[in-house]
Amino acid sequence: MSVHKPLPHDAARLHVTGQARYVDDIPTPPDCLHLAFGLSKIAKGRIEAMDLEACRSADGVVAVIAGADLSQIPDCSPSNHDEPLLSDGSVHYAGQPLFIIAATSHLAARRAAARARIEIREEQPILTLDDALAAESRFEDGPRIYTKGDVEKALAGAAHLIEGKIDVGGQEHFYLEGQAALALPQEGGDMVVQSSSQHPTEIQHKVADALGVPMHAVRVEVRRMGGGFGGKESQGNHLAIACAVMAARTGKPCKMRYDRDDDFVVTGKRHDCRIEYRAGFDAEGRILGVDFTQLVRCGWAMDLSLPVADRAMLHADNAYLLPAARITSHRLKTNTQSATAYRGFGGPQGMVGIERVMDHAAHVMGMDPLELRRLNYYREAPAAEGGPSGGSFSGKMKGSPLETADLAGRGSVRVSGGSGGAKRFGGAHSPVPGGEAANTTPYGMEVEDFILREMTEHLSTSCGFENRKQAVEKWNSENAVLKRGIALTPVKFGISFTLTHLNQAGALVHVYQDGSIHMNHGGTEMGQGLFQKVAQVAADRFGVDVGHVKITATDTGKVPNTSATAASSGTDLNGMAVKAACDTIRDRIAEVVARDLQAEPEQVVFVDGEVRAGSAAMPFKEAVTKAYMARVSLSATGFYSTPKIEWDRIAGKGRPFFYFAYGAACSEVVIDTLTGENRILRTDILHDAGASLNPALDIGQIEGGFVQGAGWLTMEELVWDDKGVLRTHAPSTYKIPAASDTPAVFNVALYDGANREDTIYRSKAVGEPPFMLGISVFSALGHACAAAGPNFPDLQAPATPEAVLAAVGRARG
Amino acid sequence: MTIRFLLNGEPQAVEATPTTTLLDWLREHVRLTGTKEGCNEGDCGACTVMVTDPDGSARSLNACILFLPQLHGRAVRTVEGIAAPDGTLHPVQQAMVDHHGSQCGFCTPGFIAAMATAHLNGATDHADQIAGNLCRCTGYAPILRAAEAAAGAPVPAHMRMDAEILAAIGSEIASEERDDAGSPATPTSADELAEWYTANPDATLIAGATDVGLWVTKQLRDLKSVAFLNQCGDLRGIVADSETIRIGAMTNMEEVRAFFADRHPGFAEMLRRYGSVQVRNAATIGGNIANGSPIGDSPPALIALGATLHLRKGTTRRNVPLENFFLDYGKQDRAPGEFVEAVSLPVQPDTLRVYKLSKRFDQDISAVCGAFNLTISDGVVQSARIAFGGMAGVPKRASTVEAALIGQPLSEASARAALPAFGDDFTPMSDMRASAAYRLETARNMLLRYAAEVSGAKANVLEVRP
Repeated sequence: MSVHKPLPHDAARLHVTGQARYVDDIPTPPDCLHLAFGLSKIAKGRIEAMDLEACRSADGVVAVIAGADLSQIPDCSPSNHDEPLLSDGSVHYAGQPLFIIAATSHLAARRAAARARIEIREEQPILTLDDALAAESRFEDGPRIYTKGDVEKALAGAAHLIEGKIDVGGQEHFYLEGQAALALPQEGGDMVVQSSSQHPTEIQHKVADALGVPMHAVRVEVRRMGGGFGGKESQGNHLAIACAVMAARTGKPCKMRYDRDDDFVVTGKRHDCRIEYRAGFDAEGRILGVDFTQLVRCGWAMDLSLPVADRAMLHADNAYLLPAARITSHRLKTNTQSATAYRGFGGPQGMVGIERVMDHAAHVMGMDPLELRRLNYYREAPAAEGGPSGGSFSGKMKGSPLETADLAGRGSVRVSGGSGGAKRFGGAHSPVPGGEAANTTPYGMEVEDFILREMTEHLSTSCGFENRKQAVEKWNSENAVLKRGIALTPVKFGISFTLTHLNQAGALVHVYQDGSIHMNHGGTEMGQGLFQKVAQVAADRFGVDVGHVKITATDTGKVPNTSATAASSGTDLNGMAVKAACDTIRDRIAEVVARDLQAEPEQVVFVDGEVRAGSAAMPFKEAVTKAYMARVSLSATGFYSTPKIEWDRIAGKGRPFFYFAYGAACSEVVIDTLTGENRILRTDILHDAGASLNPALDIGQIEGGFVQGAGWLTMEELVWDDKGVLRTHAPSTYKIPAASDTPAVFNVALYDGANREDTIYRSKAVGEPPFMLGISVFSALGHACAAAGPNFPDLQAPATPEAVLAAVGRARG
Repeated sequence: MTIRFLLNGEPQAVEATPTTTLLDWLREHVRLTGTKEGCNEGDCGACTVMVTDPDGSARSLNACILFLPQLHGRAVRTVEGIAAPDGTLHPVQQAMVDHHGSQCGFCTPGFIAAMATAHLNGATDHADQIAGNLCRCTGYAPILRAAEAAAGAPVPAHMRMDAEILAAIGSEIASEERDDAGSPATPTSADELAEWYTANPDATLIAGATDVGLWVTKQLRDLKSVAFLNQCGDLRGIVADSETIRIGAMTNMEEVRAFFADRHPGFAEMLRRYGSVQVRNAATIGGNIANGSPIGDSPPALIALGATLHLRKGTTRRNVPLENFFLDYGKQDRAPGEFVEAVSLPVQPDTLRVYKLSKRFDQDISAVCGAFNLTISDGVVQSARIAFGGMAGVPKRASTVEAALIGQPLSEASARAALPAFGDDFTPMSDMRASAAYRLETARNMLLRYAAEVSGAKANVLEVRP
């Protein structure tokens, strides 16, 4: 068996020797041109004059294109056709591309771009959430609202009513490899594009549109990315399109990569938001209802903001059974970078809201926050397998008709105006017979697989939570300056694209005469180990060592119509598609060799490099040769579509997720009440990856996701000035965690349990869920701040030293 | 000029624009693409390479802000030269594979170069050795495990090859046909530099290039006239007698840190955090002072230690107290053609405490950096030198605060009584690192921390263990 083994990443040896090739490392023909964008320094206005003569005359410049030079400015948007490649005269954010330079070197192009003289008539930009609300500057016709039960009635009857709000900062992806693309013109107007993209089909589609050719004329290849995290789901479009357009005009290969500063100011980031809450609890601490308002700053273009904001709503419950809930989401349009996909896709923001409610309520009620959390968890799953049940929602799809243009994009559902979500539904949640509130989410999905009660019990015991909490309290009573805090927080994260049709994948597998296997699928490798995990699946299907499986670059010419590698779905979808392809070939081989093995085809098994039936066996290679000689195809496609899911995003009802992935983390921190400086002292994690396909790679996702999540909520701060210019535009000013920021004691364990749903080898998706384990750090910091005084510290995110010091001040009152 | 150095053991003779970076040259000219560009400003470490000096010492440096002339007479080893010639992985490479230390792999070559250099040097403070290498995927845990696992393995023979070749034929490699006519100047002594700079007062002096490098890679400036100071051996080094410590301007910050580790550990600890190993290995004390940054971290500590700056123009030398060198934002007391030759400070008992406050602990520019040097006898503050960075347009002494403390016992009460004086000394500004109000509050609180620490209270989060 090659599955469930902790094998190294397939490219590990290439990584450590510097041989792993990224887009900018691919050898280019000598006449390759290098592109750079000229960017707006102004957040909003109209271009009055654009003098590019000095650019044209600069050393090494071959061509310069502005929007006016194009008969039709290509669109770069994954959703709404609202992102022209170059400004059409109007300027929407500081960082917007205005023109393209093509030169003989990357440096020459950048230097030339800096020589432009551009006059922009400035207009008053809309920058903040408050600006946007006041101006009614938003996407969609009004807020989306999901409701369950009667919230006002629930709050009116509550013994404890808490109210508050929390600002949650955005986050720069800081993939170590910046955005990059290379376009190689072919005969007959065809184009081959190498792109650092999580979504090759989207690149293919947008490039074809830009060139006015069918998709079949464009082939996109992605071998690997140097990190993605959602930042390469749609943000690579601009570079690929610019390269293709310039390559088509000049007939020369064109390459573009952003300098890191340009990458910061051009591309979108995680949505920052403000979450306002009112929550009611009974005297014992049971939550009765909660009313959330999520204000989401989307930036200037729609991009993927609608499904991101949807997912924030879908995670407003996290692990807690909310008898009544109203979640109102405003998708606000501002003159800043267009916020985009980022690991968790809005889920983390929604989750921070309810975790804040729990901490706030515990403080007000004088309860232990962990006790309060456990009291309000969903009920543990019954063991039985079953589909969605309970009758608490109507599962009919009544979403808007799909636009044909951008089917493969996560932002692709466009809402027709006029019908506010709130008007379309809002009926009272119907409790299940028997009186006890149904174990359903605010969007009506029954939680069938809840395991956090057991996981929490296990983790709190293994990390010594109770004793350590007492030690923290003792420390805090003895130390005036340094305060400690500890918190244990859960994660329940929904797995599937909420745009249901994206939950499909294809694969292409060839077995060659020598028994070696060529594997291809629609998923992309960004470091998560997808290729390795899926190769382990392929090897297992054929019963051979994983070394027999050649992992190949994602290629729109091999597997078409792929979805982005996103939503943690890469292994679930592509693993199943590859399994299907392998099994097709395996069945054909079995058919051929069954006679030799004196068995029926269904008795033939592939194991340990052999094809066996009973006591008879032959080497896999021999079986392959026999199949070839019998003129049987040794190549097959595979396809998978996720079952059970259906979702109406306007009504906010249905089963958007195939299953949930779970995790829990306990973090202990220390803060300095004089400066707000803080450290993570220890973190213990128990995470659910189902029956892990590769425990080593999964633990890697958990450790890395946790640190990235902790970074988001602590030191990573994006600062725009009052003109809308991003002031944190490079690692000198924007600080992601460094080596010493990883917890000094860091214990990560996998929860031992198979997925109750029929996923690939019963594993679970693991890309995004661990990110939200970082919330434990934020919660622990709040606990430490609370030790400084009697009041609720109301810590805001990110908890920079400055934010921590402000919270200490509020705690003291 | 022809720039001669070793690349993975092979001699190179390169004609190039003097401000060509090693990274661009590696990737675009010799197509060694293992070394990556992550930020192009020395903050992420993806471009880390190992550089060996003629004396055989090896250090890691960021290739993105390293100009080719700085390599003259040295040896460069990139990720492509770290596995053994027969392909056997270096122990740190093997450990990174075994411990799953790479995910996307883009930062990995830089980690490998940094870790292999640390391994060669026997350094085992792993988190600090890789503080200048950013990884967005792993959360560092497996990388730290790999570094630990590899620490005990013997250094492969080929990793000592650069030092051996330089010892054998170093002078040959360093030889060059001097081209006295134009830029760049490559003086080999302070006297040569003094003469040349007097004649070319508008030139840019390049010491470690951790700042000037960004003028080229980020501001895209054309540096018409430059002098590379790296061959001025007599400007590098620290000399101490019983009264004075004199630090040559070209002494790098890692050398400064190591020197002060015992004498003034607070200063050394601040320097550990001020920049990564790669940055400390390049940045010089002269550059850190001469660029006049209001947030340069060494000036507040040096001012608190009573440092004197030694300036030279031609054959004329003058000395100024360091705090008087910084006149205003972007303006220093330095004449055209005048350069920093050295900085000196009196030998003194260690009473210095330095507090560096930043969003991230390691290699982050300070929001506020406070240095306190108080002498207390008979329970009373006898003298006080307190200086701050980040609180004004220049590194600045807190004269009013000092005056409020002198003659008082050092206690929380006297510290609190001195707090209003901060408002007289400083009117800080708001920027992306911190607000003005936070800067003023934490500057004050640093005095409270000082008082707390002197009284024995715990006040440093870095000293708390799980």
